[in-house]
Amino acid sequence: MAQIRIENVRKDFGSFNAVKSSSFTIEDGEFFMLLGPSGCGKTTTLRMMAGLELPTSGEIYIDGEEVGQKPASQRDIAFVFQMFALYPHMNVGKNISYPLLSQGMPNAQVKKKVAEIAEILGITDILNRPVGGLSGGDRQRVALGRAIVREPKAFFMDEPLGALDAEFREHMSEELRALHDRMGATTVYVTHDQLEAMQMGDKIVVMNHGVVEQFGVPQDIYDWPATKFVAQFIGSPSMNFLDFNGTVGKGTETVDLGGARIAVPRLLDGESGALTLGVRPEHVYLSDAAAYRGEVIATEYLGTTQIVTLKTQHGQVKVRMPSHLNVRRGERTGLDLDARTLTLFSASTGHALRSEANLEVLNHG
Amino acid sequence: MSFSVTEPSLRTKWFAGFLVIGYAIITLIPLVWIIATGFKSPADSIAYPPVVVFEPTLEGYVNLFTDRTRATEQMLEDAGPPTTWYEQIARDRGTVISGPSRYGERFLNSVIIGFGSTALCMILGTMAAYAFSRFKVPLKDDLLFFILSTRMMPPIAVAIPIFLMFRNLGLNDTHLGMILLYTAVNLSLSVWLLKGFIDEIPIEYEEAALIDGYTRFQAFYKVVLPQAATGIASTAIFCLIFAWNEYAFAVLLTSGNAQTAPPFIPTIIGVAGKDWPAVAAGATIFLVPVMVFTILLRKHLLRGITFGAVRK
Repeated sequence: MAQIRIENVRKDFGSFNAVKSSSFTIEDGEFFMLLGPSGCGKTTTLRMMAGLELPTSGEIYIDGEEVGQKPASQRDIAFVFQMFALYPHMNVGKNISYPLLSQGMPNAQVKKKVAEIAEILGITDILNRPVGGLSGGDRQRVALGRAIVREPKAFFMDEPLGALDAEFREHMSEELRALHDRMGATTVYVTHDQLEAMQMGDKIVVMNHGVVEQFGVPQDIYDWPATKFVAQFIGSPSMNFLDFNGTVGKGTETVDLGGARIAVPRLLDGESGALTLGVRPEHVYLSDAAAYRGEVIATEYLGTTQIVTLKTQHGQVKVRMPSHLNVRRGERTGLDLDARTLTLFSASTGHALRSEANLEVLNHG
Repeated sequence: MSFSVTEPSLRTKWFAGFLVIGYAIITLIPLVWIIATGFKSPADSIAYPPVVVFEPTLEGYVNLFTDRTRATEQMLEDAGPPTTWYEQIARDRGTVISGPSRYGERFLNSVIIGFGSTALCMILGTMAAYAFSRFKVPLKDDLLFFILSTRMMPPIAVAIPIFLMFRNLGLNDTHLGMILLYTAVNLSLSVWLLKGFIDEIPIEYEEAALIDGYTRFQAFYKVVLPQAATGIASTAIFCLIFAWNEYAFAVLLTSGNAQTAPPFIPTIIGVAGKDWPAVAAGATIFLVPVMVFTILLRKHLLRGITFGAVRK
């Protein structure tokens, strides 16, 4: 098991720059999520860690050793592919034993090891079956078996649940997380599903256009996004953005939003011009007394909660509130924003302005 | 397993069956006729109107495999009574067997050259196809087109330069020369066909093998080759059929040593009158290896021909 460190890694495909100088550290035993929309460079980053692509520049350390230009076969890692990539001409047992055979492990020992792994994954009864006829879940288990049988330094998984249907994903993601907790192996997991990332990950890296936007524990990233992209990508519905013009400076504690004074965490950065105020839907409360006004234009019932959409002079605001509260379309009301949770972004760069509330998170990422 | 949405009507089925059987008959008649002629007597083989029902004899086969001389009284006396069934057949025609013919040798040459060039072609073809399919080869498209362009004229168009080249290199009338020649001709076809098959194999399988601790070459022959078996088998059949049947280069470049069966079979005619049964017997035996090879690989061949049409 090992720490993985990525330093200034860059990857170009011809003239296309897939990953721009990225750095982050994955601690020993962490379940680490690489999250981002398709084409953001997350899979390329993972493949560079695994040795399936070689970085154009930069260093990759696995367990303290620089492996950036080493082939995959020499890195002692395991990879779970989205399409599983089980060897179609071998049966289940042979598939699982294949990484051991390459090390020249004696047959009796291989057998014992495969039986052990099959026991853990609950696939003992299908060891002699060809992989062709297996269900999605069983294929997934065999692919995991092939990965864990060798006890590698790290596991890399490229959207391993992407090929399963929704119902089964839920179940498999629990199984996967339980397996990780049991083995304690460093795991890097690529996904485009922010919910999956938050559910399963100890830490998350959010990537976009080949750039690491933010990296940290799920709650920090959710509460204190470093960029507008992260704020929008994580959470459903995503963070509300209220665009306005104004000037803020070090020590500012309120902003003026169309005449209404909104309290914000004390700022440490200054900026003037186009700004964006970001607020999560669950941090907006409807209150007739509030100065900032809006009109209800839609409600969405979601069981325990409902999403209420209001039109304000700075754009639409979605509010998450308990579903027993009665809200009617066309109603005009005030919006109370929870001061402790607000983030101000510079509209031109998309970066969050540092405040006393998010300082620790932003400095860390 | 049925892919049709609606069951075809009885009339359609009859019509389809009729068409298939009709086509089979048309293509099989020459084959049946060759096989039958091999068992006819020389008189029956040229009878007009042609005989369909005849008394079978192995005379054609005996004539194919032996050299015979017209028997004189003295020779018959020296040889004594015939001891084997094939001597008996020769005697009935007033000849004695003077030794084996060269058909066996020629047939063996065909086997060595045909299968040798097919094997070489498969080895080189799969490796080249794999490289074209997986690696960034500089000028890949131009190279592939160049390879294909070698088949844009009939191979025999370059017969004279090849003849001169072979003479200078000492490859005339050698097995090696013929194997190299047929390999060169077939290689473009095999590279193109095999590249198509290998393109269809997801690259993740090899990547999985690389991760599992195997080298690139091990991944190639342990993971890619077994999955390309279908493509390799069907490509091998095409290569073998060409090399096996090739006539023009064999006439031009081989004579005493490495001559294959196709240029030899017509020479049987001239030995003693028009010996059609012996020619037919030679052709029949010549058909067998390709037939057996094709039947053995036919499961792969069917999959191979329709590959890419249906995802597994």
